[in-house]
Amino acid sequence: MYGWFWRHLPGPLPVRVLLAALALAVVVLLLFTVVFPQVEALLPFNDVTVDGEG
Amino acid sequence: MSASVRTALAVPPPRRRRRPVLLQALGEVLLTLGVLLLLFCVYELYGTNLVTLREQSALGKELTESWAAPPAARDRPQAREPPLGRAFARLYLPRLDGAEALVVVQGVSVPDLKKGPGHLPGSALPGELGNLVLSGHRTTYGAPFSELDRLRDGDAVVVETRDGWFTYRVTGARVVLPSAVEVTYPVPGRPGAAPRDRLITLTTCHPKYSARERLIVSGRLEARQPTSAGRPAALAQA
Repeated sequence: MYGWFWRHLPGPLPVRVLLAALALAVVVLLLFTVVFPQVEALLPFNDVTVDGEG
Repeated sequence: MSASVRTALAVPPPRRRRRPVLLQALGEVLLTLGVLLLLFCVYELYGTNLVTLREQSALGKELTESWAAPPAARDRPQAREPPLGRAFARLYLPRLDGAEALVVVQGVSVPDLKKGPGHLPGSALPGELGNLVLSGHRTTYGAPFSELDRLRDGDAVVVETRDGWFTYRVTGARVVLPSAVEVTYPVPGRPGAAPRDRLITLTTCHPKYSARERLIVSGRLEARQPTSAGRPAALAQA
């Protein structure tokens, strides 16, 4: 899939490298701001209160 | 040697080897999953701290501004506690953080605790009769209570509000099950009993990175002084 992605990037090598880095940055940003906060809610190690739910 | 044997022994004619597309795709997926998991760890261990750092500085500013507001703005009968998610007080743990303050937020829901330690709604206010219950993260989100197990009996726990300073002294620590709500009662362990002491209870998860148990640190009010009297001695030493 990465090969497919690389082949479909336009432009000469430097442009491709730049575009790939940009895409990577966008993906990581999305993960950190949207995906991970939601996944985290499903994990138990943030329960700090005594409420009988733990 | 017959022709047929020679053919059988001969190296097969070079065929174009098909790339194992499926295997390669599987490899890429697995590598991607691995990187995702690593990134998630980075997020939990470092990213969440940044979130809390930002919230703490915003909450600190909120406290400073609301405490500086002229009394006229507070003439209306004030709610006992601030709205959920708003700044509540400053907390000092001199043994752990020196003179550095944590801003406590009102409420102990998941979004509240991302901002900092939280005040259990309905539990006592600083200096009040009963039990002031504060909960905080042991790991991730700034981990305000990460080192709570290092507190010893007699250590100071100082709470600063608009009205003044409240110095509590640690009286004990123990590990309980997550279901042990009785530690938060006005008289811990005795539901419905009328409080005669001014207590503080800090709760966090235990052991670190687990939610199996809770670490509970208890304390008792030792002294209070108005804001005008300046910082209490317990903080001056820190």
